[in-house]
Amino acid sequence: MSRSSLLLRVELRSDPAMLCVVRNALGELAAKCGFSEADCRAVVLAVDEALTNIIRHAYLGDSDRPIEASFRRIHLPRDGQSRDALEIVLEDRGARVNPKKLCGRALEDVRPGGLGLHFIRESMDTVEFSRRWGRNQLRLVKFLAVQDGPRKGT
Amino acid sequence: MKISPRHLDKITIFDVSGDIDLSTSPELRKALLREFRELKTPRVVLNLGAVRYIDSSGVASLVEGLKASRDVGSRFILFGLNKTIREVLQLSKLLKIFEIYETEEQSVAP
Repeated sequence: MSRSSLLLRVELRSDPAMLCVVRNALGELAAKCGFSEADCRAVVLAVDEALTNIIRHAYLGDSDRPIEASFRRIHLPRDGQSRDALEIVLEDRGARVNPKKLCGRALEDVRPGGLGLHFIRESMDTVEFSRRWGRNQLRLVKFLAVQDGPRKGT
Repeated sequence: MKISPRHLDKITIFDVSGDIDLSTSPELRKALLREFRELKTPRVVLNLGAVRYIDSSGVASLVEGLKASRDVGSRFILFGLNKTIREVLQLSKLLKIFEIYETEEQSVAP
């Protein structure tokens, strides 16, 4: 496998009914990558929440706008070692995301809303927002847990 | 998601199944708010035993239901939470604010 290998690339409509399709596919993909059941659930939750944010905030509920998603297996340095990880990049052509509004809410404040970004940050190791060529881009990375026993390649 | 109401004395039990997400949570929210605000049901019990997934919009609907129940002095009870639902509520730090039981029998007990 190369240093960065594309596993899956999809373009979907910003239709909430598509979310369950993505969740099911991503759950399978994460399991195939070797994530634990708990980490599979975490990855699925993060991506589902990110797509929900795109639909609600970037596209303001319009259900016929494009969202591109790519999933790559990558190797990144972490704690002095090269580690396997799943990189997920989501792109939309909606309204510019204001980073100041991407703060979520204090969890002590018991009220609906504002939880999605918190779930994403708690579930993933890297969460990066950017704006490129008129598109919002969200990059998520989840490292595979280190397995016990001899390391790959040794 | 499917949501089916049952009635037991002055208790309404909603059997919920499937996924609670952006596309389905409005239906859950509507059912809960109607039960508390319009019908003033003294106790509403949500059976989540057949729910596979819940996202932040689903959690938000539960929080709205809880707030509505407090406004009218009713009880809002959850039971049958699987690992996925517990994880999400734990992640939101909201697990402790809900009245949660393991079984329906406990949830409808006097």
